[in-house]
Parts: sequence; structure tokens; C-alpha cells
Amino acid sequence: MSSAEVIDNFTLLPEAERLNMLLEYSEALPTVPEQHDGFDFERVEECQSPVYLAVEVEDGKVSLFFDAPREAPTTRGFASVLHSALDQSTVDEVINFDDSFPDKLGIAHLISPLRMRGIRGMIGRIKRLTRELSE
Amino acid sequence: MNLDSSKKIAGYAHPEALVSTDWVAENLGKHGITLVESNEDILLYETGHIEGAVKLDWHTELNHPLKRDYLEPEQFAELMSRKGISREDTVVIYGDRSNWWATYAFWVFKLFGHEDVRIMDGGRALWINQGRELTKEIPEGTTEYPVVPRQDSEIRAFRDEVLNHLGKPLIDVRSKAEYTGERLHMADFPNEGATIGGHIPTAHSIPWSTATAEDETFLPVTELERIYLQETGFDKNQDFIAYCRIGERSSHTWFVLKYLLGLSSVRNYDGSWTEWGNLVGVPIAKGEHPGEAA
Repeated sequence: MSSAEVIDNFTLLPEAERLNMLLEYSEALPTVPEQHDGFDFERVEECQSPVYLAVEVEDGKVSLFFDAPREAPTTRGFASVLHSALDQSTVDEVINFDDSFPDKLGIAHLISPLRMRGIRGMIGRIKRLTRELSE
Repeated sequence: MNLDSSKKIAGYAHPEALVSTDWVAENLGKHGITLVESNEDILLYETGHIEGAVKLDWHTELNHPLKRDYLEPEQFAELMSRKGISREDTVVIYGDRSNWWATYAFWVFKLFGHEDVRIMDGGRALWINQGRELTKEIPEGTTEYPVVPRQDSEIRAFRDEVLNHLGKPLIDVRSKAEYTGERLHMADFPNEGATIGGHIPTAHSIPWSTATAEDETFLPVTELERIYLQETGFDKNQDFIAYCRIGERSSHTWFVLKYLLGLSSVRNYDGSWTEWGNLVGVPIAKGEHPGEAA
């Protein structure tokens, strides 16, 4: 799914239903495949709840793995949104990913400012890890 | 509405302000009780909540839409009506993270003088850990809640009052690193924009979660007395003010001091560090010591 499609999934909905969409995303966050146990996960410090991120680059394609507890649906939801928008993108697409993407989801005023910084923190880390792995 | 007569709760100064999960389970669905869930993670309610509970979103529903303040009386009445809460209802609030946001909502209810408000000890986590049921069903129904004035003076402190309070019981409930000025914000939270780190001079550091046990319930009254009175040397009859970053963590301590320990005068300074740490000209202390009133 492209990031434009993810944005449409939210913004085409009436405002009152957008948080439910985030909840659906949180439920759809893929579990980390077993072969990635012991994978080099990095904690996203910008998030209020624990969320761990790992990035893999193979043949110029970026794979993203997130681990976040079920008790933290908002954090999981953001992780899942980014997974939908970015997983299997090319290195260039990830590095040039639009930093204002979180604002375009149309949920900023429904979510506390701290949360919005959390998702920006995830994007920043995804870009940095991708850059490091593709150098 | 009957009180929770369990031994632990009866030991607190105001046992009418706290109920156990057992009490909630026994009184589920009873007319005149409204359960309210108030979480830090605003999506948690939708993943499942106690039967009959309505959601209160601290971020979008309790704050004034235009200024840094709480709702106006008309807005609060409208909110309550929309949630199906009556003025006579026993409102039982619970939430995630040791009832952190539940006590914040409790404090706002008290700004509007709602009489019978209670916290469910242990909050959402304890309910779930005890294997109790959750539902995704959202209750419907509205009421006509009266418009009542907001009364700030008794339980809310403003910056000038805090400035005149230096040297009296003042409790900084943030983490140690925020208190000393090493950090401008909570360890896992991004900075919300205070210019300077440190604490209000003469404030004692007692992080809010000191008052809670591992199962997210409040500590027994004797433990709380030790932490807040014996170890600080504060006198029960003095005026107390608690603060944190925006007033949410300190509403937890405010609840502990006022309702569990029964101190007569306790206010929450909701301006807290995001105001004080940006104010021009106010004194600030750094490091581990409370510092002096200038």
C-alpha cells in the first residue's frame, strides 16, 4: 500500500471514525516472524509506550519489523500505519519519505502532541537505520 | 450508594472516594452508577472496557478548546449529558497506568463539584489481570446534566499562588531526573517545551508512582503516611500543592493526599513545569536539594 492510500484510508473517513481506523491498523500490525527473534531491535525512545523497531535492507528493498504491546494500541497503530506505508519500499523511497506524513492523516488534533512526536520519532529512526544499512 | 467496606479501603481517610474491583464487579449495572474509563492511551477503551463504562478522552474532552484551561460550565454539562452521566450519579473512574488519567478526570469532576466520584483501585490493569470480563459494546443514552459553576480555588493552584507558597509543603511528583534538571521531560516522553530544567524552589521530590504498588493499586494508608508525612516532616494541617509537567501526574498525588490521607488543604498546580519552566523571572532550583525560598 502506498502512503497516499494510507492517507486516503484516514482522510476519506469522517473525523469521528478516524481513531477507529487507527485501531484497525493496530490490530493488523504483523507479528515479528520467528526467524527475527534476537534481531537487532531498537527502542523508539520518542514513544510513550515501549515500541521496538528493526529494519532490514535486501536487494534495495526495505523490510520493517515492529514490536509493541497490545496494551498500547495507539503506538501499535502508528507502527502499523508506517508498516503499511513503507514496508517493501526502496531505500530511496524510505530516505525521501515525506516527514509531514503524520500530519496528513488528519488525526493530529485527536491525538496528543506527544503522540504525534512519537510517530515522527519512528520515521526518523526508520530513515536513519535504512541509511546506515545501505551505506 | 453503598461504600466499599473492605478493610484496606476503610482504612483511608475518605473511603467514599475509592472502590475495589470486587465492589465494581458486585455493583455492575446498578442504577445510579456510571463507570468512566480515562486512559493515557486513548484507543484502549475501544479494545475492550468494563461493561457499561463510557470513555472520557482527557486530551480532546476535558480541556478548553481554545485556551490552556478546563471546560467552561456549559461545556462540562454538555459533556456529562452526552456521556449519560447524571449529577446524582456515583461516578466510578478507572484507567491505565495506575489510574494516572483516572485521577486527572476525577480532579476535573471535582472542579465542577460532582459529589460522588470514586476511583477503582488498581484501575484497568488489575481488572484485566484478575481475569474479569471486558466488552466492546458502547453504552448509549443521554442525560440532562445541570450547568454548575467551576470552582477552582479550593483544589487548583495558579502560578502566583505557588510563588507565594515557597517554603510550604510543595511536592514535585515528576521523575528524579526532571526534578534535578538533568532532563526537561519524562524519560520516554519527548520534550513538551520547557525552556529550563529543574524544580520550584523548596519543592520535595516524591515521584507520583511512589504511591502505587506493583499491581497498580494504591499503597496502604500507613505506607502513604510514611512517604508523605513522616519522611518529609510536613504537618497534616498545612497547605499542600503538588505539580508535575501539565498537572496530570500531580492529580494522582493530589488524590492520594486529599482523599487517602485526608489532608484538609491540597491543590494541584496544573500549570506545572510547562508553565513554571517558561515563566520569565521566577526562581528555579537545580539538583537534588529542594533549595531555598528566595
